[in-house]
Amino acid sequence: MNQQGMHFEKLKIASFDFTCCEGCQLQLANNESSLPAFFELLDVHAFREISSEKHDDYDIALVEGSISRSDEIDRLLAIRKQAKILVAFGTCACFGGVNSLKNRIPIEESVVEVYGELQVETLPVRKISDIVQVDISIPGCPVAKEEVERIVVSLVTGSKVNLPKYPVCVECKQQINTCLFDLGEICLGSITRAGCSAVCTSGKTPCLGCRGPAEDINFPAFMEMVRERGLSESDLREKLDFHNAFETYRNDET
Amino acid sequence: MKLDCSIDIRHLTRVEGHGNIRIRVENGRLAEARWDVVETPRFFEVMVKGMSAEHVPFLTSRICGICSISHALASIRALERAMQVTPPPAAEAVRLLAMHGETLQSHALHLFFLSLPDFAGKPSVLPLLESHPDLVKAGLGLKELGNKISTVTTGRCTHPVSLVVGGLSKAPDKDRLKLLLDMIGERKAALTVASAFFASLDIPRFERETEFISLYNGTTYPFIGGDLRSTDGVLRDENDYLLMTNEYLAEPSTSKFTRCSRESSAAGALARFNNNSTFLHPEARKAAEHLGLRPVCHNPFMCNIAQLVECVHILNDAETLIAKLIDMDQREIRTQFTPKAGSATGAVEAPRGILYHHMETDEEGKVVKADCIIPTTQNNANIHYDLGALARQALEEGKNDREIEKLATMLVRSYDPCISCSVH
Repeated sequence: MNQQGMHFEKLKIASFDFTCCEGCQLQLANNESSLPAFFELLDVHAFREISSEKHDDYDIALVEGSISRSDEIDRLLAIRKQAKILVAFGTCACFGGVNSLKNRIPIEESVVEVYGELQVETLPVRKISDIVQVDISIPGCPVAKEEVERIVVSLVTGSKVNLPKYPVCVECKQQINTCLFDLGEICLGSITRAGCSAVCTSGKTPCLGCRGPAEDINFPAFMEMVRERGLSESDLREKLDFHNAFETYRNDET
Repeated sequence: MKLDCSIDIRHLTRVEGHGNIRIRVENGRLAEARWDVVETPRFFEVMVKGMSAEHVPFLTSRICGICSISHALASIRALERAMQVTPPPAAEAVRLLAMHGETLQSHALHLFFLSLPDFAGKPSVLPLLESHPDLVKAGLGLKELGNKISTVTTGRCTHPVSLVVGGLSKAPDKDRLKLLLDMIGERKAALTVASAFFASLDIPRFERETEFISLYNGTTYPFIGGDLRSTDGVLRDENDYLLMTNEYLAEPSTSKFTRCSRESSAAGALARFNNNSTFLHPEARKAAEHLGLRPVCHNPFMCNIAQLVECVHILNDAETLIAKLIDMDQREIRTQFTPKAGSATGAVEAPRGILYHHMETDEEGKVVKADCIIPTTQNNANIHYDLGALARQALEEGKNDREIEKLATMLVRSYDPCISCSVH
């Protein structure tokens, strides 16, 4: 393929979904005005949600969702075997996501609550890197299409894939939003990785940390700030646990 | 006549989620026809327990990547009714517009990405970019408009940001609303292109008498709240959703099945149309006439057409709604409330049909118990029984394995199942 005078190989890409809402895959079909150009860069080998065509010789696998059943482990291992680059696609894949809230309750209790006596298999929720090696992580609930487009272009041109190291707070300030802490709310924007254009806080909704920790965050200082302001501990816990993205910091704390 | 045939489709493509079709014919007689949902369960009703009302819509919207606005609004409506919170009128208008955006996006996705390739004999929409560029462009234009409406009203097209219990966290920007008006005016041409194409299609002829269930308010085409009505003459209060659904387990499916007056019932665009066609915008009624859709229509393949008719309604109604919103005072967008104990149902018309969330709160406004009944759950039994009737009809017409398989997959796709959603 020739574009702007340069020769590129299309990416042999496949998209797979596990325990999730499929909202991240759906973003691939968004940004409609740039969609034909986006698909120009891709040679879609498997994408069950939108295509009946399927070839198993893909190089790049986008893996959406978390893992919560044994058949998913087998499917994931097979994908890892084929893929040269395995991408954890979205917050569920990167951190377990909202599905992880299930892990607070004994499995049997959950099954009985929803299915009564029917035996339904379900395992504690795990992120993709708990099972196989992940080469690239694209967090977000859902992923931001603009970031996915940038990463796809990086892969096509063979350049390095980077995520912002700074927190959402930076992007939020750039948009001259009033700080939600000043409005008496707890917001995870100061400890969460940017790249979402501060979409939640710009809608006056606190950041729930879907993109996981920014680099070199000072977690204890953040916790102290929340406590100093006398804000609700249970609200803080709900926010930190929402996407399971601060699991390591939470474990250190207790 | 064909004596034996075995169709075994695992993980049907071009639908949201994982479902299997199985049809077996022995000695010329139908031995088995089934629809099984094999999606991994997520247990949202368990996850939401103990969560504060403020966070609940952010969690339940994650039940579905396509109809997240519907899920957020169903939870919000249930919680507001449980805690007796009345949102300001401006917030209600924005919520309805958000529903329009989501429905348009979802219908365009289904019609052009999932359904159209069947009618064009292609595996996906991608080859159609070259063979039917104007049509695909029209579809993309409608989908983009839907997403834009959702983004302007809720902050993001998937997993809304500003829909909260009590109203909205932020009002939509009036300049952006004006731009939406321009965009709607310009995208009406896409509807004409789509209507002309769908009118030219040979929609499979198949009917199985069905009970259609949707919301009904007696004055407008319903999207948020109202009574529950069926084409068999049942009319119930929103809170009596359990009597309308009678959920049951259907092994080995991980999604439940439902029924009302018969062995199965249907929800979705066709059900809404069959119960409420008189409340459609005049332009949409005209489109229905042109496309040969009349109530009560019992052909599930016509769900595609009902979706297109709804797109016509949405573009026209959104225009009126946006004009009204631009003139509205948007300072009052959020009602402050004191959490309290209570329980109620919130029903909305998600793109794929009536969606129920039932929430029970404690005095701190935390969820004690939740129940969600998804449109696709309400269509599972109907899909299942339709498959049998369709296979029998196809056998009588002397169709071969490939033809039966194609018809069966098209039938399931016509329901636009949202399987992850149904196994929440």
